[in-house]
Amino acid sequence: MSDVETDDPRPDEGDAGDVDKTRRRLLVGSTAIVGGIGVAGAAIPFVKSWNPSAKARALGAPIEVDISKLNPGEMLGPIPAWRGRPVFVVRRTPETVEQLTSQSDELADPDSDNAEMQPAYAKNAWRSRRPEIGVYLGLCTHLGCSPKFRGEEGTFFCVCHGSVFDLAGRVFKNKPAPDNLPVPPYRFETENLIVIGEDEEHA
Amino acid sequence: MAESTGLPERWARFVGWLDERMPLTETVEYHATKYYAPKNLNFWYYFGAFALFVLVVQIVSGIWLTMMYVPSGDGAFASVEYIMRDVEYGYLLRYIHSTGASAFFLVIYLHMFRGLAYGSYRQPRELLWLVGMAIYLILMMEGFFGYLLPWGNMSYWGAQVIVSLVGAVPVVGPDLMQWVRGDYLMSEITLNRFFSLHVVALPLLLVGLVFLHVVMLHHVGSNNPDGIEIKKHKDASGVPLDGIPFHPYYSVHDFRALIVFLFAFCVVVFYAPEMFGYFIEKPNFEQADPLKTPEHIAPVWYYTPFYAMLRATTFPLLGLPAKFWGLIVMGGAVLIPAILPWLDRSRVRSIRHKGALSKWMLAIFVVSFLVLGYLGTIPSSPTATAAAQVFTLLYFAYFLLMPWYTRAERTKPVPERVT
Repeated sequence: MSDVETDDPRPDEGDAGDVDKTRRRLLVGSTAIVGGIGVAGAAIPFVKSWNPSAKARALGAPIEVDISKLNPGEMLGPIPAWRGRPVFVVRRTPETVEQLTSQSDELADPDSDNAEMQPAYAKNAWRSRRPEIGVYLGLCTHLGCSPKFRGEEGTFFCVCHGSVFDLAGRVFKNKPAPDNLPVPPYRFETENLIVIGEDEEHA
Repeated sequence: MAESTGLPERWARFVGWLDERMPLTETVEYHATKYYAPKNLNFWYYFGAFALFVLVVQIVSGIWLTMMYVPSGDGAFASVEYIMRDVEYGYLLRYIHSTGASAFFLVIYLHMFRGLAYGSYRQPRELLWLVGMAIYLILMMEGFFGYLLPWGNMSYWGAQVIVSLVGAVPVVGPDLMQWVRGDYLMSEITLNRFFSLHVVALPLLLVGLVFLHVVMLHHVGSNNPDGIEIKKHKDASGVPLDGIPFHPYYSVHDFRALIVFLFAFCVVVFYAPEMFGYFIEKPNFEQADPLKTPEHIAPVWYYTPFYAMLRATTFPLLGLPAKFWGLIVMGGAVLIPAILPWLDRSRVRSIRHKGALSKWMLAIFVVSFLVLGYLGTIPSSPTATAAAQVFTLLYFAYFLLMPWYTRAERTKPVPERVT
């Protein structure tokens, strides 16, 4: 034991009465506050580095889709578009277009009142620029599974948790999905060429 | 003089030299040779030791897998196939690790059940219980992050579903979800950060918390099936009369049980490593495809009770969507055992001395957990959802009604000494 013994080098502090406790509290408090601000500042790079990087953002380049071979009642896709996510392009039959205007009481948001889910030009019964052509982000607004296209029933059906959407991407009532399928920004380059991921506002 | 140069003496001198420089003998005595565990520990007390063993297995097999795994969008799936086909014994390393994950949850669930039955969470072991709950949470995250790494299609969409849950948080949800993914969809960027968390951050935390858990246990002492304190009756030298040194008695006892455990573990690793799709799900033999969701998404078995509760929450409330409440119910179900020390108002600790109500409630809880676990593996249907709703209520009833039923019932007299 004896060969590693050391003397306590600290001098006697005397009684507690000699210590200026107010001063000590002030010093400890201010050090804690300044230190806390420092730690919060130092956390910024660690938190911010988790945001999508410049590379990830650049990959969101718009994609051109040719719909000349898309027949009525069929779906093109899922196409990796609008930042690589699955996008559905459907050409609706005239009957479907007709139907979309008349099934509103079974839908959760028939008039597309949630403005975040589509650009202003898609706030109509078809949720699209042209009644027969629909462009939707194919990710369920519940927990992000990609719904299946069921052409004969005229729906998109999510196998994960059973949400059902009509062919304008509007969710039916009492399903887990809270919102309609989002409409990505898009525009028609020509009659049969859609540019997805870009419109007059979003370049 | 001749005697002092004998091997035992030289060893004792060496230990003495060490003891002057570090608390060696003191630590060994405190944690093993003079740690007095109750004499009456039974079968249910093996699982803590098993959990510690599985932790070591996971760390060692994980270190080896990391040597051959490539955490990139193009390389991940291929590197797992490379481990399975080209690396000598690579398949074994991977199956040890994937079976180890399931084994970890199995022994932890049994370990937790032991705590519920014998009241191991009660005063003065509340903090020990809370640290255990923290370990369980870290373990769930560890399993979740690890499951993305093979980059199979189930990995991909399973992670997509769980990360999307973050999006259910009001106001900040969508931004938070994007921050977690680091991209507009699950991608290599997400894979890379999950890899880092899985192999570095969480294991460090896990080891630290396990250390704390053991230190706390040895400070307050082990509970036992009678739920009584053995420290109340000590002999003249301060040794609990109903205690027995952990080493060599329980260490050898645990070692024997470990052989049985390892036998079962090896049977699974060698003959059923995928466990018919419950340990490694079938869509995971296909590479991640961001455009194609598998027909049936189900998490690995150890999350299914909570997944069933998430799916069972189908109605909006207070103007907030069902998705948000699903997150709350699922999170609440995982976290609620943490407050058990303050829910249990019984005069006795152990189920042995509690009344019929407590016994029934514990049985209902176990049945609910198992049924929910099953429901979480099957595709959703109206019947399954209704059943899951009933069992979710029963699951929560065990906890939330506990302050009443534990106080109302008649308890049996508690023995002074262990039986």
